[in-house]
Amino acid sequence: MTAVVVAGLEFAYPDGRVALEGVDLSVEPGERLAILGPNGSGKTTLALHLNGIHEPRSGSVTIGGLSVEEANLREIRRRVGLVFQDSNDQLFMPTVGEDVAFGPANLGLDGDDLERRVADALDAVGGSELAARPSHHLSGGERRRAALATVLAMEPDVLVFDEPSSDLDGAGRRELVATLIPLPMTQIIITHDLPLALELCPRAVIMRGGRVVADGSTRDLLLNRALLEENRLELPFGFRLETSPGS
Amino acid sequence: MGAGHSHALYVHEHSPLHRMAPEAKIVGALVSVACIALTPREAIWAFAVYATLIVALVVISRVSPGFLLLRLVAVAPFVLFALFIPFIASGEKTEIWGVPVSVDGLWGAWNVLAKALLGASVSIVLTATTEIADILRGTGVLRVPALFTSIAMFMIRYLELIVDELRRMRVAMASRGFEPRWLHQARPIASSAGALFVRSYERGERVHSAMLARGFTGTMPALGQRRARPAEWLSVASIIVLCLIVLVVAMVTT
Repeated sequence: MTAVVVAGLEFAYPDGRVALEGVDLSVEPGERLAILGPNGSGKTTLALHLNGIHEPRSGSVTIGGLSVEEANLREIRRRVGLVFQDSNDQLFMPTVGEDVAFGPANLGLDGDDLERRVADALDAVGGSELAARPSHHLSGGERRRAALATVLAMEPDVLVFDEPSSDLDGAGRRELVATLIPLPMTQIIITHDLPLALELCPRAVIMRGGRVVADGSTRDLLLNRALLEENRLELPFGFRLETSPGS
Repeated sequence: MGAGHSHALYVHEHSPLHRMAPEAKIVGALVSVACIALTPREAIWAFAVYATLIVALVVISRVSPGFLLLRLVAVAPFVLFALFIPFIASGEKTEIWGVPVSVDGLWGAWNVLAKALLGASVSIVLTATTEIADILRGTGVLRVPALFTSIAMFMIRYLELIVDELRRMRVAMASRGFEPRWLHQARPIASSAGALFVRSYERGERVHSAMLARGFTGTMPALGQRRARPAEWLSVASIIVLCLIVLVVAMVTT
């Protein structure tokens, strides 16, 4: 069954600003997809529809066959894990351990089950030593990994990242890649970081003005200089892409 | 702030007092402060008993006396005020080094001085041995409405970030040549306070989204926390009973 299906999704903010003008997208289970696009193209708004934080004006979102609507929200939010752009927004409890426990506790876990879930999630991001630390004393990379653990603890089917590398240094970025690659679930990565998209995601879509304007292999999209320019995307200076993979 | 600890009032140590469940400590602190406050000022011996008790707790908690004294500076304004009372108060007069002072005023000064110092010491011992998060958890166990504890928790969590934002805004102002000094320069300060409010509000919305995304339905989940053991309640109760006996005896005999 298709992991994520977005069909004809339209959305406008309460102030009247139209953010999505008919987005169509489908993602297969286990696929890693990059969503690229300039600022204000609707990427984050789309992400907030995937677990029902925003309610669409028209169109639909389906996660593993289950429609995103009021009655299913609990299960949808279990299935879709959203990792926010600013980890500080995601880490609101006094300690990292409690933060990781917050989600599964809302799902009704407690006692040993809850403890095991927390330990596994922290282990998956290589952050077992973070459990007792208060969130506001973590480094950028640690904070990013802790935020990921809070979501992994929900055992989601789909992970959605909003600009996961935006506040990371080089080593933090490398650790992030190493953490994400072994994760088996479907991953949707919203980013400006084109090398990151290339490294992680075989497939990418480009959004502009609230629509998907290109969908294809990440490598092909990044090789299309006219397309990138049209969408205000740029490869870093000195970054060269070989035309055939592996050469 | 250093080594991973959440607030400046906390002293990292491993003592029986640090390990004790927060709700027991909070009850102990509240009742003993109430006893201290209600004790008649003439019962000097009672204050001596309280002071001895506090000294014993400080020794048990391994908090250094220097830390306690430093923190007591917080009550300095009250102490200063208390020192003026004997000179201002009316009534029967006596003389100290040839200066006429009011007897009633002297008692008043002693009353404020003793109660402020002892009461503050109790709360210093409490906060030095309990992380703020644990104090909040303890108040939760004591049935303080979750709304209040959550608000306090979020405030503590995000206060540092907000202060940080304020500092960045001030740096941004200063780097464009604005060093406010006079009242007529207050306008940019006011507008930056407004900007800070809007930013904090927006952060609140984002945090709320993040909570919803992880299945928040309006009540904070109770995360498996240890409740106070009977033995802990017993040791707190013994302190409380001692304070109450002292209070009652002091009230009856004076």
